[in-house]
Amino acid sequence: MAQRGSAPNEPAAAGPPEVSLTIPVAPEMEIVATAQADALGEYMDMSRDKIDEVKLALVEACINAFEHAETEDKQVHITFRVGGDTGEWLEIEVRDRGRGFDAQGIESPSPHKTFEERRRRGWGLHIIKSLMDEVEIVSGDWGTRILMRKYK
Amino acid sequence: MSETCKVSVERRGDVAVLSTDGYINNQGGEEIAREAYVELEKGVRALILNLQKTRIVNSIGISILIEVLEKVMERKAVLAFCGLTPTIDKTFRIMGLAQYAAIYPTEEEALQAVGATA
Repeated sequence: MAQRGSAPNEPAAAGPPEVSLTIPVAPEMEIVATAQADALGEYMDMSRDKIDEVKLALVEACINAFEHAETEDKQVHITFRVGGDTGEWLEIEVRDRGRGFDAQGIESPSPHKTFEERRRRGWGLHIIKSLMDEVEIVSGDWGTRILMRKYK
Repeated sequence: MSETCKVSVERRGDVAVLSTDGYINNQGGEEIAREAYVELEKGVRALILNLQKTRIVNSIGISILIEVLEKVMERKAVLAFCGLTPTIDKTFRIMGLAQYAAIYPTEEEALQAVGATA
């Protein structure tokens, strides 16, 4: 007969949903990350259009890390957090351990530069800032962290 | 897993409609460019890019679409987009594509606007 007693490992009280994901620096791995954003967006009942904006911003954050970070571990680390009393926002943190960059010194892109001067690239961070409600970019010789939040 | 973009081409007189299905990244963009340049070589006067089955793009893919747009403009042809999701529409406007190419809600409206014949 089994003995009664307290469970050996009581689960901690449930906190706000948080999901961590590590993706390799490899073609189309950013799409793996967007599947998680999709699932969490649906979980918190975010509109389809806003989920799509989050996914596109996440894609840009991932490919920015893929292209520019030159990470030693060849990985990008992503944490998703649903916050607020009733799941009012989705926060995504994208981190790499690459060489970093001068986040303040990046020249802003513009349609004029793109079309008249044929400087077509360099839109990633601008797109992230345009599609998300709050964005914080911190970079140094330890790597880069992009923290971005979208409200429902 | 592959989200690689597929591109199908349909001719309506001297207008080519390129319909995409999937993720427009560098590979997807290059596939679109390849088909677009084939049609330009054949002498089409307008290209319509129907993105109805594309829900995600990235800035590398869009930069290739900008190259296509520049090539179209050099040839004095016309490029129009249709079937964009609100997010892709917004991103195209951020990057300035809407200043150089027309965006229509549907393929029918795009065809009518460029004066396609049956």
